[in-house]
Amino acid sequence: MTSKAIDRRTGLSIFDRMLMMRHFEESVIQLYKQGRFVSHYHIYIGQEATGGTVLEALGEKDLICTTHRNHGHIIGRGCDPNKAMAEILGRETGFNGGRGGTLHISDASRGFLSTSAIVGGCAGLATGAAFGLKVKREPNVAVGFFGDGSLEEGLVIESFNIAALWKLPVVYVCENNSAGAMGPQQGGYPTAITATDSFTRLPAAYGIHCLKVDGTDIGAVHAAATEAIKRCRAGNGPVFIEAFTMRWPGSSPLWPELATVTDLNQAWDASLIVGPNADWVQHHDPLLRAARELVAAGHASRDELMARDKDARSRVAAAANFAIESPMPAPATVTNHVFA
Amino acid sequence: MLNPRTVTYRAAVLEALFGEMRLDDSVIMLGEDIGAAGGVFKQTEGLFAQFGAERVIDTPISESGAFGIAVGAAMTGQRPIFEVMFGDFITLIMDQLVNQAAKIAYMSAGQFRVPLVVRTAVGVGGNLGPQHSQSLHAWLTHIPGLKVVMPSTPADAKGLMAAAIRDDGPVVYFEDRMLYNLRDTVPEGDYVVPIGSAEVKRTGRDVTVIATGRMVHTALAAAELMAKDDISVEVVDPRSLVPLDIDTLVASVKKTSRAVVVDGGYRQYGVTGEIAATVAEYAFDWLDAPVIRIGGADVPIPFSKTLEPLVLPDAQRIAREIAALVRGQR
Repeated sequence: MTSKAIDRRTGLSIFDRMLMMRHFEESVIQLYKQGRFVSHYHIYIGQEATGGTVLEALGEKDLICTTHRNHGHIIGRGCDPNKAMAEILGRETGFNGGRGGTLHISDASRGFLSTSAIVGGCAGLATGAAFGLKVKREPNVAVGFFGDGSLEEGLVIESFNIAALWKLPVVYVCENNSAGAMGPQQGGYPTAITATDSFTRLPAAYGIHCLKVDGTDIGAVHAAATEAIKRCRAGNGPVFIEAFTMRWPGSSPLWPELATVTDLNQAWDASLIVGPNADWVQHHDPLLRAARELVAAGHASRDELMARDKDARSRVAAAANFAIESPMPAPATVTNHVFA
Repeated sequence: MLNPRTVTYRAAVLEALFGEMRLDDSVIMLGEDIGAAGGVFKQTEGLFAQFGAERVIDTPISESGAFGIAVGAAMTGQRPIFEVMFGDFITLIMDQLVNQAAKIAYMSAGQFRVPLVVRTAVGVGGNLGPQHSQSLHAWLTHIPGLKVVMPSTPADAKGLMAAAIRDDGPVVYFEDRMLYNLRDTVPEGDYVVPIGSAEVKRTGRDVTVIATGRMVHTALAAAELMAKDDISVEVVDPRSLVPLDIDTLVASVKKTSRAVVVDGGYRQYGVTGEIAATVAEYAFDWLDAPVIRIGGADVPIPFSKTLEPLVLPDAQRIAREIAALVRGQR
């Protein structure tokens, strides 16, 4: 248990981000099942401790690029959940006016540059954004979130070299979620699809400072993210964080199936944990882990956390209603923004 | 009257680069060997000395990674000019050009813009072989969100580079390296050719030849040959492939009633087909004959001196097509 290492305010702020991330995606799955939108989407449930904590450590003017498993990062950054949900439902009121959908949400007002649905694309853009910051001599950093699969793309490796060569202020956050994933990587890390025996050896070959953390431990992630951002702001060049996560087993099928909506009481009452994903809920759910640790550290009572949970649920419900009630984009606008 | 000032195509592009970089600190250049080396064709000579390593930036031989830098920097306030040394190498940045740069303004509903220029040298000639001689501009014209320009003269090269740098979206700028030493009059100081404006390079009454890039000069040579036979040829240069100045092209064809389209890229599924179809759609009732396409041969560009010239249209071939068209043999 390392959450004691972070103060009450920080711990609760991370927890609030994680609650919003979790309930937002539970709502996305339900809205899909209700036929409120058609698409293909990717679920971040199980990785909230990594994204929520890194985003907590960032400043207002820092920049973010992410990959297709993006809902958590958007919501964790504090981007308007109404506009995010409206975008996922393809509405005119969405961040991208219904032109991007789940795979391309961005929010200029929060420095959220891009969701790239091309695997590894975010590493190139984040490195470029960091270059832009350096050219302008701004003391901010760019963060690129991606999964371990991105390390199979050449662009990511080229970006490592340039970022190291030019000492760019970029933090690469590699959320290693291979354990339990479907496909050839079944069986966890190291995977069957890369010849390296440790992902950090790739950026380390270019002299990039590397950190490995338990991505379900908010204290450990916060320490790593804080160190990485500090190094970048000081002009010491890029940092690579490998966060080991255990994503929710229900996210593995192409169409995630939500057996139950997260019940925070499960954090302290194991008898409530039933169903096909019980083992994951009991041993790997980062939200329940954070709840237990915050209570154990004396940062909050169970009732206080339950009140925060209720608040997050109601904000997400409002976002869903906002999205459902929002108009679809007007047909006449289909050609808007083809050219800047 | 003062003698009009003439400069080379290479120097004209440089004038635009110097001018725009002086005007706007956010204009930076990225590419391979463009800094102290001055570019493999001396096409960036002097920029490094004037603006320094922070604005004229040599990249590793990592087109994909370096272009990611350009796109990310463009999204955060810079106006990068990204140089792809040979047009053939544009394949190495294709993913980020097509899937990121071209779509970011649209995907973000205008929240973000990507004001960058991709500059690359194309063209058959010089015996550089199949991987250093191609003109792949047609690939980019297929992608919504990209503007594509192809100047044929020193003045257009200067004016279109200035326009491309000032554009708020991605512009792909194709320059034919065989034109670098071409000398012609170029306006001094600030000079902009609007993107999307064609120009009639020679007026005529019997047939319109729509030609792109270096092929404009080949078409002008063909027009000279035809003049000896008293056939009057109008030569129109679209200058921008996207957006295409349809009005100017169609107005010319309505006047002459005959059209030949010439482009140096591969003919199959290429620029000639698109322009020919466009002209046929808009000027069908005015046409006296089919619209003729003349493109590069659909063959990898061969190396040997005896083979290489065979793949590119020359003035004699264009003249033969024009003569057949005017004599009603097509």
